Amino acid sequence: MKHLLPPEIESLWTLFTAPVVWAAHFVVCYAAVAIYCEKAAVWDVDFGNVRTALGIFTLLALAMIVLSAYLAWRQWGFGAGDPPHDGATDQDRKRFQGFATLLLSGLSFVAVVYVAIPLIFIAGCQQ
Amino acid sequence: MTGSSVSFVRFTPCRGACRGTSSWRGSALTAGTIILQSVILSSCSGVQSALDPAGPEASDVATLFHVMLIGGVVIWLGVVGALFHAGRRAREPYSERTAGLVILWCGAIIPVIVLAALLSYAVWLMPNMRPWSSGGEGGLRQIEVSGEQFWWRVRYLDPEGNVLFETANEVVMPVGERVLFVLKSPDVIHSFWIPSLGGKMDMIPGRTNRLALEASKPGTYRGVCAEFCGPSHALMAFSVEALERGEFEAWLSGRQNAASNPGSQGLALFLRHGCNACHAIDGTDARGTIGPNLSAFGARGTVGAGTLPNTEEHIARFIRHPSEIKPQARMPSFGMIPEGDAEEIAAYLKGLK
Ligand code: HEC
Ligand SMILES: [Cu+2]
Repeated sequence: MKHLLPPEIESLWTLFTAPVVWAAHFVVCYAAVAIYCEKAAVWDVDFGNVRTALGIFTLLALAMIVLSAYLAWRQWGFGAGDPPHDGATDQDRKRFQGFATLLLSGLSFVAVVYVAIPLIFIAGCQQ
Repeated sequence: MTGSSVSFVRFTPCRGACRGTSSWRGSALTAGTIILQSVILSSCSGVQSALDPAGPEASDVATLFHVMLIGGVVIWLGVVGALFHAGRRAREPYSERTAGLVILWCGAIIPVIVLAALLSYAVWLMPNMRPWSSGGEGGLRQIEVSGEQFWWRVRYLDPEGNVLFETANEVVMPVGERVLFVLKSPDVIHSFWIPSLGGKMDMIPGRTNRLALEASKPGTYRGVCAEFCGPSHALMAFSVEALERGEFEAWLSGRQNAASNPGSQGLALFLRHGCNACHAIDGTDARGTIGPNLSAFGARGTVGAGTLPNTEEHIARFIRHPSEIKPQARMPSFGMIPEGDAEEIAAYLKGLK
């Protein structure tokens, strides 16, 4: 198995990745639009550009999450065994963590999509 | 509560219920039906109902509510159906695989899709945010409303933003035209809400919020403060009248030339007792700005921001004991002035049209 990170820490990092990407995406979207709307008069940038930029950022965030989901799926053995993985073995611990990471990635994916939905509908700042 | 204010509580959901009781037959079933009916009917109609919309924003809100309600009922029926299905006698166990699929679809995939649809629909409904919504706010008629403990200062502005005249606790607007409400507050957070016309918007000290509303049919509606702002928060309402364009223009020019009856005894008393420290009456020496402007007061429907019907008796009572009517109202009691003086002032104010 090829590892992106040293194997002892990889599983822990992938567990965190998806929720951290979700949090970062959330903060960036909200802060960017808030700052833009405050500075709109000064900056002379069209809101369409902000939407496009955040749209691209959203795709990057989703790609990150999909990557972490893939690593988790692999750690889970591609679904080779069924949960709950509650045996006191290294194998079960690894599978359990992989499965948890996979579920967290799914949740984060949906959350990022939901955070991005208003980008489709909100066409400008409310004065 | 006093008799007079009871008779004035005509905006409460009691209307349907009161009507319902007359057809009471004594049987529990009839009673139940009547109560249910009256709750449903009375809460759906009236001058202050988001479910009886009189403008496009409010119809959006009502539609959203109905969509949510029907969606909720469908989901509820599904869940209860599943419950009965699971609880039926002599059932075969599901295979592990089928159970997994049920959880995947009903527990994850379908809720995600339903929530995404609801979120999109609700965001799309937000006024001023639709890419394809009808233009911006430029050129709209502007009415500035300031929420103050516990009344509403209302200023009509000309297209350049200059104040045409000031009034209080009443909004008159033309039908079929989007009107821009410029919302402010000098003290605490209030919230401006005319349920029949649209959603609410907070009035925040130090900020100016804007809300464009349109009335699509003539009528009288009721607006309320929708953010707790102190002891008399619940007694902070205003009337909204939507007039046809011509009538509205007539009202506007009438208001700008409202009578002030300068020679009257009531005005002399008004000035002698110092009411002009806080109140203005256009065309007289009363120019106070702390309290509501009382020009054309007799033409308004209520006393004390929608609290009492506008009669001479109520005005006199309000003058002498404002905080008996509205707890902690920002007007001092004038219980010390002779009753006759209060009545004289009340008659004068009631005569201003
Ligand atoms: C210290 C300032 C102050 C003084 C002095 C004062 N008022 Fe007021 N008055 C207010 C305020 C504030 C309100 C709004 C109260 C509320 O509805 O919460 C008010 C409300 C009223 C109202 C009801 C207005 C409406 O739109 O419903 C009347 C009528 C009135 N005052 C008459 C008088 C008269 C007459 C006097 C003199 C005897 C007087 N006031 C003196 C501050 C004052
Ligand atoms: Cu309030």
